Amino acid sequence: MTTTRIAFENVGKVFPGRGGAADLVALDGVDLEIAAGEFLVVVGPSGCGKSTLLDLLGGLTTPSSGRVLLDGVPVTGPGLDRGIVFQQYALLPWRTARGNVEFGLEATGVPRRERAARAREHLELVGLAGFEDRHPHELSGGMRQRVAIARSLAYDPDVLLMDEPFAALDAQTRETLQDELLRIWERTGKTVVFITHGIDEAVHLGQRVAVLTSRPGRVKHVVPIGLGARRHEADDLRSSPEFARHRHEIWSLLRDEVALAQRLEKERAVA
Amino acid sequence: MSSTTNTRVAEGGTVVHPSARPTDAAAVAAAPRAPARRLACPGGRRWGRRLAGLLLRGVTKSVAIVALLVLWEVAPRVGLVDSTFLPPFSVVVEDWWTLATNGQLWANTQASLVRSLSGFGLAVLVGVPLGLLIGWYRPVAALLGPLLELFRNTAALALLPVFILLLGIGETSKIAIVLYACTWPILLNTVSAVREVDPTLLRLARSMDLSAPRIFQKVILPAAVPTIFTGIRLAGAVSILVLVAAEMVGAKAGLGYLINSAQFNFAIPDMYAGIVTIAVLGVLFNQLLVAVERRLGAWRLP
Repeated sequence: MTTTRIAFENVGKVFPGRGGAADLVALDGVDLEIAAGEFLVVVGPSGCGKSTLLDLLGGLTTPSSGRVLLDGVPVTGPGLDRGIVFQQYALLPWRTARGNVEFGLEATGVPRRERAARAREHLELVGLAGFEDRHPHELSGGMRQRVAIARSLAYDPDVLLMDEPFAALDAQTRETLQDELLRIWERTGKTVVFITHGIDEAVHLGQRVAVLTSRPGRVKHVVPIGLGARRHEADDLRSSPEFARHRHEIWSLLRDEVALAQRLEKERAVA
Repeated sequence: MSSTTNTRVAEGGTVVHPSARPTDAAAVAAAPRAPARRLACPGGRRWGRRLAGLLLRGVTKSVAIVALLVLWEVAPRVGLVDSTFLPPFSVVVEDWWTLATNGQLWANTQASLVRSLSGFGLAVLVGVPLGLLIGWYRPVAALLGPLLELFRNTAALALLPVFILLLGIGETSKIAIVLYACTWPILLNTVSAVREVDPTLLRLARSMDLSAPRIFQKVILPAAVPTIFTGIRLAGAVSILVLVAAEMVGAKAGLGYLINSAQFNFAIPDMYAGIVTIAVLGVLFNQLLVAVERRLGAWRLP
């Protein structure tokens, strides 16, 4: 019915221990398929290897075992067919909003004049028309993340990888950006892999939510979210019974893992 | 946490952001939102208030220096110090004017400037590329680190006899000692500038599959410019500092020579005139570099 865009096949990632410490198994036997155009959210306790999952997809690191496939081809390195949105925005502070969006386009070899037009168009898409010439330090956190999203969209990747992009924002800004992201996703039809530790955020955004176990991370369960077309209706979706049910389901799945992760963390701190 | 905030409010009357410095005021004024705030007060009073503000700032900035000069003027006159060894400031100014009009001051200043600017310029040409190279290749940085640390902590002037021994007493050894002394702040700042580039930016660049030279050109270099410039500014101060000392040993011209020979010949006001000239020169050079630095690093402001 739908084509598979991304596939994790029994993926493991081990970081060698430094200075005699034991090796760190970040991921172990991750199996996950993501369809083209899907919005998938990954949740898990802290330190469960969520970000490693994203780094593998982005080609910033290689799996120790198994394969990561993009359109059936193993990922061997970074590429402009995937765009990453980082939690810390990663904007070039010496460039304006437009300059930052153009940064991604420069890598693709888009001619200069078209770059400016594309940058303006994408800043408009994220609601930043009129702020093209501001530097990052003149923008709020939410606006900065909008610029980063515009930058990732501008060079038109097939897949958008988002690493807790709204975690540093205040609650109101976060909700606004979540709605905007859904709107942009529907308009552009990108495949989105979104990492978060927020259950509400996961239920709100995801078509499916993959719950990871604590270290070593593996997929515990994938929860399909059935909020349907109501997702970005103006009414208070978060108080609907479906939302509460999904929320509770994911919360129950996570509870034991979080407790386990915290115990592991304590043990490490003591050691 | 909240108690420290409270004290800050109590002391200043207004809440001051910890990182807010007087220099930031200019940048804030340049930001596009400032005009809207200014429109709030009516025209005439606005100008009056601005003028008063400027005056207050001018007074705050100059009061300590004026006090020093007054002390300098008064202390010898009332016999607090021997006016033979510390002539009143007005006498020094008068003497400075004589030196300036008979061309002696300019000749010596010129000699000093040529030396310190050549040494300083060469240090920039050597230090920046070398620093970029060392910072970029981590193994090189690890290898050379201890050596750099050793040289940096060796007082340049301690090596002056060595320079004179090897390069003679002429211009070469003087420019060389300035070059040597200026290289360290530039080199070390450049190395750390390259190494301290925000790792998130590097991850971003890597995720976009940029080649290493492109990453260097588009991310590392622009990110490093402000820190490099801090090194250049430090070197600017060093260039004058070291030169004057070098000129006190076997020179026939230059401000250091002027000061030294005036002292030998007991032309005490001349000596102070030379000292004042050097102080002013140092401040001017620094101000110039600060201005350039601010322009290059405007994006660094909060």
